[in-house]
Amino acid sequence: MLNYTLRRLMFSIPVLLFISFIIFLILDLAPSDPTGNLPLTIPPEVREKIRESLGLGQPMPVRYYKWCVQFFVNEPLNIWDQYWGTCSFGCEDRLRVVSYVTRSPVVDLIVQRMPQTLWVVGMSYVVGILIAIPIGVISAYKQYSWFDQTGTFVSMVGFSVPPFFSGVLVIIIFSVQLGWFPSIYDTTLKVVSWDTFMLQVRQMVMPVMVLALQTTAQISRFMRASMLDNLNQDYVRTARAKGMKESVVLLVHVLRNSLIPVITVIALGIPAVFGGAIITEQVFKVNGIGQLLIIGIQGGDAPLVQTLTFIFAVMIVMANLVADIMYGILDPRIRYD
Amino acid sequence: MKMKTILLGAAAAVALSACAARAERGADGHLNIIYWQAASILNPFLSGGTKDTEAASMVIEPLARYDEKGNMVPYLVDEIPTVANGGISEDLTTITWKLSPGILWSDGTPFTSADVVFTAEYCMHPEGGCQQETKFSGVTNVEALDDLTVKITFDSPKPFPYGPFVGVESPIIQAAQFANCIGADAPNCTAENFGPFGTGPFRVTEFKANDVVSYEANPNYRDPAKPAFATVTFKGGGDAASAARAVLETGEFDYAWNLQIDPTILTQMAAGGKGEVVSSFGTSVERLMVNLSNPSADLGDKRSTLEGGPHPFLTDPIVRTALSTAIDRNLLAEVGYGAAGKPTCNVLPAPAIYASTANDACLVQDIAAANAMLDGAGWARGSDGIRAKDGVRLSILYQTSTNAVRQDTQALVKQWWGEIGVETELKNIDAAVFFGGDQSSPDTYQKLFADIEMYTNNFAGTDPEAYMNSWTCGDIPTPANNWLGSNMPRYCNPEYDALAAQMGQTSALDDRAALAKAMNDLLMQEGAMIPLIHRGDVSAHSNTLQGVLMNSRDSELWNIADWSR
Repeated sequence: MLNYTLRRLMFSIPVLLFISFIIFLILDLAPSDPTGNLPLTIPPEVREKIRESLGLGQPMPVRYYKWCVQFFVNEPLNIWDQYWGTCSFGCEDRLRVVSYVTRSPVVDLIVQRMPQTLWVVGMSYVVGILIAIPIGVISAYKQYSWFDQTGTFVSMVGFSVPPFFSGVLVIIIFSVQLGWFPSIYDTTLKVVSWDTFMLQVRQMVMPVMVLALQTTAQISRFMRASMLDNLNQDYVRTARAKGMKESVVLLVHVLRNSLIPVITVIALGIPAVFGGAIITEQVFKVNGIGQLLIIGIQGGDAPLVQTLTFIFAVMIVMANLVADIMYGILDPRIRYD
Repeated sequence: MKMKTILLGAAAAVALSACAARAERGADGHLNIIYWQAASILNPFLSGGTKDTEAASMVIEPLARYDEKGNMVPYLVDEIPTVANGGISEDLTTITWKLSPGILWSDGTPFTSADVVFTAEYCMHPEGGCQQETKFSGVTNVEALDDLTVKITFDSPKPFPYGPFVGVESPIIQAAQFANCIGADAPNCTAENFGPFGTGPFRVTEFKANDVVSYEANPNYRDPAKPAFATVTFKGGGDAASAARAVLETGEFDYAWNLQIDPTILTQMAAGGKGEVVSSFGTSVERLMVNLSNPSADLGDKRSTLEGGPHPFLTDPIVRTALSTAIDRNLLAEVGYGAAGKPTCNVLPAPAIYASTANDACLVQDIAAANAMLDGAGWARGSDGIRAKDGVRLSILYQTSTNAVRQDTQALVKQWWGEIGVETELKNIDAAVFFGGDQSSPDTYQKLFADIEMYTNNFAGTDPEAYMNSWTCGDIPTPANNWLGSNMPRYCNPEYDALAAQMGQTSALDDRAALAKAMNDLLMQEGAMIPLIHRGDVSAHSNTLQGVLMNSRDSELWNIADWSR
């Protein structure tokens, strides 16, 4: 197992380098321009100077090399220095990956955005899973009952209604009509007391609700299918024949076995949590990672988009690895060596 | 009698104390502003985006601003220099500003002429990539005569020397803070760019790039009774509709900027009674740029250049006039802009002294007249209803940026042009590409590989000289100058160039106005452009917020020190 993990890790290095190059190439070939969104009162000659000051005059391979050095060498060194409070290898003039638009280090921006994304998108993932698993179990156990039919209907709605519709809908119902929750997420709120905690909960309710609907729809379908597969297996009949209680049969034998593929699906979905929710974050002004990415794309901010998409790529590769390893641990029949 | 006196006295005391409370700094608590495009940086020299310059305008100030009527208002000086008061030299090559004494930066240090001189050095540095460089065009020297006197020298007579240090795009930054940020080091100064010290009514307490800015009242602000608000949140994100909703429907925010949304939706939201929609008109005009050169792909490198030859049919003045006559500008304004648009026939519709009335005939749509014009000029309809002459069909490729209002406009114009026998193909391009300067992209507005393109342009402040210079022969984008130029129609007329040169030598305001009008009329009558809509700015503020004076010539937040609840 360890050998397998190490082999996979080694193999992921060239894969990730290749991915970073492809991302760079795509961004470079895209006709987007960081000065494109400036007011037209800024004349073209000045725009040309701005592009030069951003380093866009250099050839593509040079810029890719610079990004690699900045991202793979300088940024880790910077994290090391910040953590230990040291200054190694000339920290004063170390070049970091700097956004074209904010002119500040990209990694700092990402770190600043992480809390709200993890709170909102992460919480919605947890809530979605906690709702989805019982729904899946009951739906499978009582297949074609009214509960199962309702579950199927709600999942269909969750799958097919896009967040730019459901988000605006809940804003109109709960913010405009009822006035229960704020429609704009306050990222400056610091939770220091019971009152501020309640404010935080109130502003999280709507985005979490909208996102959790989608997660629930997806996971509950997987859970139901997996339970149905297992319920007809021979070992279930054996367990019942041994005289075990129905709750033990269902929740110990069947549920544990059914969870194996579902956990893989959940693990594969975790990178999406860090990736943020582009549309939902925009609708509720959560301004997390997803909003950072979309602003970067619209503004032609190549270093920001490059760094973010690359971090997503790393997480997807890692999540795949984790899912594979977990599969081996949970199911003793599967061995990779 | 006695009772009455007491009551009167009590009433007076209440009134007085209410007054006293109003006149105290920070008495009105917290102000919430939403700009749906979030601020990225608070240094306007490194980002010319409106959201950034306006977010910074609460903190750093120019020597003088424009008020909502376009008049210059002294901010950090006592009076505006003019030739009459000796502030501008007789030969128009220097201007001398006298700073108000006693002004402090938000960190408590005095504001001096050294800061002004430093700001000029900072922006004029060749490696700094300063985005407001044009404000300093023609400046050869900025020197401090003493602690409170700054003299700016130009390389030639400047009839309008109020470029540097006037208006939202040219504020003063503190020399001590930015000393190490000059030239190529400018982008590395993250802390400075995110939290500049200023002389304005507020100072930055926290800045989250592309998200939110928190401000508090500047304790060293020159007027001890202002600002009325103690703290301000400047939130970004979402879209124009949700910003409007936050002010007009839920009341969570007090001020929302740039609400270019469907006018009927905005009116519906405003009917809720929680806030008010305000608009003002600057110099923005949505216009069709007519390509007078040939955009045919067969020409290769000569495509859309004067060397490639004239346009096959748009050089015919009858065709251009017919295209303009067929458009119902009133309907376009009503459908797409509501309170934020008025039909116009001029590319220079404001300020009032520059606005010509010579072209107003275009305000009335007349399809029959347009058809008659084309018939008379020999453009006959073919079997498919499209007019042609000598084998040239009136078929137009009409491009613009991707934007709901623009696509509505395109569809309407296409229909009207169809009625006069002109075939139109529509194209829309993402704004970051269309307005971007990527040399390898064929879709930029400068290359104009199309017959007609539509966008809005404007000029800041009140003086149109530089703007009107955009349509001289020397400003035509060509491959030789890397397509850098703003004369999109490729309009080249020695008569126009002569007027432009004359304007550069004229200082009397009335003469300048007459020249500007003449240049505008020439452009309109020669049909280099077809103006459509004079666009305004639309914002909304809550009913509890007082003192908002919408301003299209400076920051919308220009008088935020006077806002109160």
